[in-house]
Amino acid sequence: MQRNAITGSEALMLALKAEGVKTIFGYPGGAIMPVYDALYSYTRGQKKCFEHILVRHEQAATHAAEGYARVSGEVGVTLVTSGPGVTNTLTGIADAMMDSTPIVVIAGQVAISSLGTDAFQEVDLVGVAQPISKWSYQIRHAEDIAWAVSRAFYIARSGRPGPVVLDFPKNAQTEMVDFEPQKVDFVRSYVAYPKLSDEAVREAAELINGAKKPLALVGQGVELGHAQEELKAFLEKADIPAGRTMLGLSALPSDHPLNVGMLGMHGNYAVNLKEQECDVLIAIGMRFSDRVTGNPKTYARQAKVIHLDIDRSEIDKNVKADVAVVADCKESLPALTALVRKGDHREWRESFRPFDEKERAKVIEPAIHPAEGPLLMGEVVNAVALQSPDDTVLVTDVGQNQLFATRYFKYLHKRSICTSGGLGTMGYGLPAAIGATFGVATEGRTVVCFMGDGGFQMNLQELGTIMEQQAPVKMIVLNNNYLGNVRQWQDMFFQRRKSFTRMMNPCYELIAQGYGIAYEAVTERSQLSGAVERMLAAKGPFIMECAIMEEDNVMPMTPPGKDVDDMMLSLNPDPSPKGEGSI
Amino acid sequence: MEKENIANVTTPLSSGENSGVKLYTLLVYSENIAGILNQITAVFTRRQVNIESLNVSASSIPHVHKYTITAWSDEDQITKITRQIEKKIDVIKATFFTDDELFIRETGLYKLATDVVLQNPEVSRAIRRHDAKITEVNPTYVIVMKSGKTEDIMSLYRALDAFGCVLQYTRSGRIAVTRSTQEQVSEFLEQRESHHRNQ
Repeated sequence: MQRNAITGSEALMLALKAEGVKTIFGYPGGAIMPVYDALYSYTRGQKKCFEHILVRHEQAATHAAEGYARVSGEVGVTLVTSGPGVTNTLTGIADAMMDSTPIVVIAGQVAISSLGTDAFQEVDLVGVAQPISKWSYQIRHAEDIAWAVSRAFYIARSGRPGPVVLDFPKNAQTEMVDFEPQKVDFVRSYVAYPKLSDEAVREAAELINGAKKPLALVGQGVELGHAQEELKAFLEKADIPAGRTMLGLSALPSDHPLNVGMLGMHGNYAVNLKEQECDVLIAIGMRFSDRVTGNPKTYARQAKVIHLDIDRSEIDKNVKADVAVVADCKESLPALTALVRKGDHREWRESFRPFDEKERAKVIEPAIHPAEGPLLMGEVVNAVALQSPDDTVLVTDVGQNQLFATRYFKYLHKRSICTSGGLGTMGYGLPAAIGATFGVATEGRTVVCFMGDGGFQMNLQELGTIMEQQAPVKMIVLNNNYLGNVRQWQDMFFQRRKSFTRMMNPCYELIAQGYGIAYEAVTERSQLSGAVERMLAAKGPFIMECAIMEEDNVMPMTPPGKDVDDMMLSLNPDPSPKGEGSI
Repeated sequence: MEKENIANVTTPLSSGENSGVKLYTLLVYSENIAGILNQITAVFTRRQVNIESLNVSASSIPHVHKYTITAWSDEDQITKITRQIEKKIDVIKATFFTDDELFIRETGLYKLATDVVLQNPEVSRAIRRHDAKITEVNPTYVIVMKSGKTEDIMSLYRALDAFGCVLQYTRSGRIAVTRSTQEQVSEFLEQRESHHRNQ
């Protein structure tokens, strides 16, 4: 035994410190107690280097870590106990996997001598986490901590980011070790940054130079690759209009002249139609989700497809690429910019306008400036967008609140959206917003969180975390007494049979009171602007509950399984039920 | 399982509907870390693709394990499966092949009733004709071993089974090597290491 030996738990603290961790979202329990004991010393006094945020449910710890990671660009960290503690995090891990969010989940485990004995709170974590994580590993002995923790952070943040799970048996937490931090920046079996192929760039540039109607699709890869400026330079030189995926909304500012809106099922009308008309489609750090492509068999068949992605397994997965540029877009975009000619696609860009105007008249104006009738989600989002600072972070839950919020919010600052795109996790919003407030704490950015009454209740207990931390989350509860998106589908595709989507709500004012959180209700249009002003001016957390029209629908919409240019601007009175596709 | 089924090459139900479906062999190389087999098979499970055979062993490179996996698929699907396997952090390389690109072997073991083998000289003739090897003989059973391709091994099974002497039969998973001169993965690893050294 070396003289400087420390426990595995303390070694974990030093390993996390060496990785630059500042904030940990967690919840203690039996199998992680030695680590929490070490954490006690590292969150106060001379050794203080972490802030630990005690959540109220482990699922929330992972979503908070996701929100933190999304806005800060750092790895989010979650610390939980074994068994139910860590099975509660699985939704967050799957969510982070789908949305390429770098988090490291560290979980207690029974001692290795008890593995496989159905010991109290034992679960085969590596076994269950492997298919939904980027890497899962069991640290069986204290001597492995330095290597495994550094490897975990390297894997989580490098290449296409994702969640990493560390299973930390109790024996490794208490064993003594002579700890020396390691810096892993190479894993021979893992090519985090594939080498850019000059030939692929040349082929892509040729296609772009020959294009009459090029269209760029911008995804979160641009944000993850910190390539927002490189993207602008590319688009501006070649004069290419660009649609953004939901996760890529803040990769290109909404007021940029080449921004043509959001892609997808509830995205903007013109860009959905133009995907079926463009001659060259340039996908940048996006994965052609079914929510973007609609029917993949008919999607952009007329176009040559150039796909820029860091993850080779995305190439040809959903849409066949004519040219694949597999590399970090921070590198591939400038290479492409150097080879493309200065473009002038004014006429093509102008051709979007009539469709934009049609959408504005038929959908947008009625949604954000209704003259009468009950309050609408769109106008609430618009009111918040108008009054909030330009660098505000938008967090949404999942459902209609998400679709209205993403459609009508503004994106003027990079890394300003947190939403559960791939997994569509209801209950994501509230904890992700808590994490986001810690992620932007030093920048002082405002965090607004739009939720429906359904999603708000799915992780409602996190009001306790908000109360304790005084996390300045501006919570906007869009209450329509329905699980609105499912209700919309029931109306459209299930003969209006509203099967268990009507929802009885508690008195949120009393709940806010119980947690000591400022609350204001908006039931009339005339109250909206003032309430938003007070919410944004308030120092700490704030709940603004809006009484929303009960049966409003998100439009436009491409019905599931339909072609993207089948997008409807208003509700078809007799849509054909598809049977396929899912919420 | 009925005897007839044992002797049939299993083909997927969809093979008749999709002419592009054939038997592919995946060669996968990984680090020697626990749980990787699980990760590899999970990629198949997620798409509900059956693994026809699977062999895992050490490769000629220290600390590198080699998996030989066969599955019925079309090229589009096997490409996606291969890429998703290779995406696993500790998987070094995954490549799919058709039979003509590989040297392939399987082994069949046949346990035969000694009395039938002795009574009927045709049994021994069949064993010789199939170029199989008798590895053990005792008063109750004879062990015969045959290496070859699937069809060769099953052809011997059908021949022996016709004599009613088969007590037990088993066929190994496929093992295969590429027709290139070195382990396919060595060059890749050398490139990776040298790239890292030069960084």
